[in-house]
Amino acid sequence: MTPYIVLSAILFAIGAAGVLIRRNAIVVFMCVELMLNASNLALVSFARQNGNLEGQVAAFFVMVVAAAEVVVGLAIIMTIFRTRRSASVDDASLLKY
Amino acid sequence: MIAFWVLAPIMVLAALGVLFVRKAVHAALLLAVVMISLACLYAVLEAPFLFAVQIIVYTGAIMMLFLFVLMLVGVDSSDSVVETIRGHRVTATVLGVLFAAVLAIGLGQVGLAPAVGLTEANADGNIEGIAAILFSDYVLIFEATAALLVTAALGAMVLAHRERTEPKATQADLAARRMKAYADRGENITPLPAPGVYARHNAVDTPALLPDGSPAPTSVSRVLTARGTVRSAPDMADDIDAVRRQMSGRPEPEADTSRAAVQGETPGDSQRPDRGGEQA
Repeated sequence: MTPYIVLSAILFAIGAAGVLIRRNAIVVFMCVELMLNASNLALVSFARQNGNLEGQVAAFFVMVVAAAEVVVGLAIIMTIFRTRRSASVDDASLLKY
Repeated sequence: MIAFWVLAPIMVLAALGVLFVRKAVHAALLLAVVMISLACLYAVLEAPFLFAVQIIVYTGAIMMLFLFVLMLVGVDSSDSVVETIRGHRVTATVLGVLFAAVLAIGLGQVGLAPAVGLTEANADGNIEGIAAILFSDYVLIFEATAALLVTAALGAMVLAHRERTEPKATQADLAARRMKAYADRGENITPLPAPGVYARHNAVDTPALLPDGSPAPTSVSRVLTARGTVRSAPDMADDIDAVRRQMSGRPEPEADTSRAAVQGETPGDSQRPDRGGEQA
């Protein structure tokens, strides 16, 4: 089971680095999705490790929450883009000072 | 394990691609690769229900939503390479590599017992097993999920909705506006002239000719003009005159034959079929 967990760790780290590096809000959002997917992989492999299905149920809930989160997040990005004509996370800095 | 060793490099490469490609659309497509590979891994890990849900919900719904928003925002909205915080990219990369190394090494050293496997838990079927847990122990969370989904749908509607600040323009309003533009600035009331009077291959990029023979700039799309792919109509007219002369068998006019005589030293010139005079 260890390779699966290591793969999920690598994917999670790539997603985290993406959130830090990329500045297009949509790509940042995709990297968040990547992190959620990586954690799902860990949940599913631990479910197989322990021989019960609760891990899969947890992964299912993660998927539901991710779907809801994507809907609201993309709507927010759309609204920001509509008012500022930009999807860069650097431009939304009005609360800075 | 074969499926794992085939899919894992693909997934890691695609995930790194999400990190490094400039265009957001390419990132979305690479993310779809990661998600489909992940679905295959779920199938290997004895989770057929999650395999289906991953493909339907993630690659089907969520990625489509991402692509739709990319289309709305503009497909070519790529990241700028200017750093607003100095050294931010290098620091982030170093942090990401460190994080990956710590997680991978730490987890690689955890001694896990041999996997129990889900043969017993899946004895009645994977979906039945998940349903039994979902509707007994987790039923309250399941109900809360319903509230979450309703809230998300409402939130998206509220965020995406735009209040109309002025009444919708009716056909009468549009007509009045056009007449006013004519009275004030002399803009034409009629529709714009159609392109392509002398077109041979693509009617849209050839301007119409005005009565005095000059091309009508309003007859060609502004996009084509900006790209510089508009063909000049008088040249086209010359071509057509040449073809007509060729068909009627008359020799070319004086100016054209003298030009042909000057160019006649080039070897390929005599084979050009549009020299009506030589063929006749």
